[in-house]
Amino acid sequence: MTAGARVEVIGLSAAYGRTQVLHDVRLTIEPGGWLAVIGPNGSGKSTLLRSVLGFQAHDGLVRIDGIATRDMPRRERARQMAYSPQRPVLPEAVSTRDYVALGRTPHRALLAPPRSVDRQVVEDVMERLGLDGMADRLLRTLSGGEQQRAVLARALAQQPRVLLLDEPTAALDLGHAQQVLDLVDRLRRQDRLTVVSSLHDLTLAGQYADRLALLSGGRVAVEGSPAQVLTATALQTHYGARAEIVASASGPVVLPVRAPG
Amino acid sequence: MTTTAGNRRADRAAGPPPARPRRRAALALGGTGLALLLAMLIGVGVGAIPLAPGAVVATLLDRAVGTVGLHVPGGLQGSDAAVLLQLRLPRVLLAALVGAGLAISGAAYQGVFRNPLADPYLLGAAAGAGLGATLVIAYVPAQSVGPVGIVPLAAFAGALVGVGAALALGTATGGSHSATLLLAGVAVASFLAAGQTLIQQQNSEDLRAVYGWLLGQLGRAQWSDVGLVLPYLGVACAILLLCGRALDVLAVGDDEARSLGVHPGRLRLIVILAASLATASAVAVSGLIGFVGLIVPHMARRLVGGAHALVLPVSLLTGGAFLVLADLVARVVLAPAELPIGVVTAFIGAPFFAGLLWMGARRR
Repeated sequence: MTAGARVEVIGLSAAYGRTQVLHDVRLTIEPGGWLAVIGPNGSGKSTLLRSVLGFQAHDGLVRIDGIATRDMPRRERARQMAYSPQRPVLPEAVSTRDYVALGRTPHRALLAPPRSVDRQVVEDVMERLGLDGMADRLLRTLSGGEQQRAVLARALAQQPRVLLLDEPTAALDLGHAQQVLDLVDRLRRQDRLTVVSSLHDLTLAGQYADRLALLSGGRVAVEGSPAQVLTATALQTHYGARAEIVASASGPVVLPVRAPG
Repeated sequence: MTTTAGNRRADRAAGPPPARPRRRAALALGGTGLALLLAMLIGVGVGAIPLAPGAVVATLLDRAVGTVGLHVPGGLQGSDAAVLLQLRLPRVLLAALVGAGLAISGAAYQGVFRNPLADPYLLGAAAGAGLGATLVIAYVPAQSVGPVGIVPLAAFAGALVGVGAALALGTATGGSHSATLLLAGVAVASFLAAGQTLIQQQNSEDLRAVYGWLLGQLGRAQWSDVGLVLPYLGVACAILLLCGRALDVLAVGDDEARSLGVHPGRLRLIVILAASLATASAVAVSGLIGFVGLIVPHMARRLVGGAHALVLPVSLLTGGAFLVLADLVARVVLAPAELPIGVVTAFIGAPFFAGLLWMGARRR
């Protein structure tokens, strides 16, 4: 039903007041690819995602399959890109089904009731994400992992071509983080979705994304495959971290090293 | 995912049994609509001169079909008919309109600010109306402009000026963020309230008239008042009812609303303007009636959940019924004297809501 799109970020700069947060960021994500944006706290990861979505005033250009997003009407942009923020706002007294159904907003008139095709998409997405048993439960009563799946379901109900996930595993333990990332990976392979996500866990980022971009001070410091980006030197330079990189079958593992003494 | 069959069964057992949403919605709307009709029938029937419900209905039907030359027998005669048509009916209708307007505005404000403590007076509508009313009570000798009382006019204008000032200040300083708007509302409201207090102090002989207005009254309700509020209230309520689904989108936060193709600032402005128009017209004819706009939306949410497409109409109907009954209490309890209706709404509303909270806590 959907197919991934090529995303190009060209010369993107952004500022909060006089503080420059992003400097001339250039990135290209191929259709169906997964780019993880990594970098220390305050390096501009969230701002980059929000700028790509057009929420944040910026210079430069974002193109989806060659079309500049700034020339797209708001609703058209919402049919191309879906977003899951770092801390999703979960409305009170709303059922999981009604929440997921919000994802259909860009596909129908804002004031109109859902059509049967909207309801069908919502049911399908919830079944795919294992939420069908909790459709009538209040969103706020779900566990953390279930809530994150509900947010993903809402994004998928938009039937986007690009999925932008800001720290999708921030609130989850390791097992639930792996479940969510496995799920995103499965969805991207099945639907050929293009995924852009920020991830603070470097080992998970290297295991799931096919490309990494390390942001540091608002610039892309290193970009490439996980093995190219995750090096002890890069982590020392940009994170001020002491770490060893251990090669494993599923990708480089970042092993923190305690300071001697 | 790895949820086992056993877990799923536990999930289902944990919450309330899954209601059929559409049937529940129809039930809630029908139930509250019926409650409003019943409240109005009781409202026009009870008083110093009791009027039988059957005769009331017959009279109203007779008037309704009289225009096409038909006649319904069994209606009220003479002075009873005059009591119904000239005194009770405009008053009950006005109470229903004001209650409905305040309640739906409250629900809209709470939705737009994602804040359960928001009420229709939040952005300076009350303070502006208060200042406007106080100004004309103190300084303007005329009682009316044409058929319209001067106090309602001044209160209406004051409420709109108050909200307008808060919106202008808020947008000038912080775009359309809800926190900036709220703070701008606080600043404008305290400034206007200070102005009102100053005028009151300088004209202490008018204090009683000002207080009487501030506490809210429907005792002098006339058909002209109904005519004054109906167009504004009608337009405002229609806009708010249409915005229900859009408010649901706004409930997930500004960034996510944007990602769903909605312009949160523009939507917030439209809803605030419509809700303020409803509030200003309600305040103009009734004074400052507290509690309805704050509490009725919570009652509605307890009845029907959080979806605004349902919370808004249920608030509208419940608010109308609630204020009709409150006004009934206000004029019956100390008859022939009247209590200020603002006192009644709080006196019967607060314990009722406390009970609702208590029952909700026990159910959990």
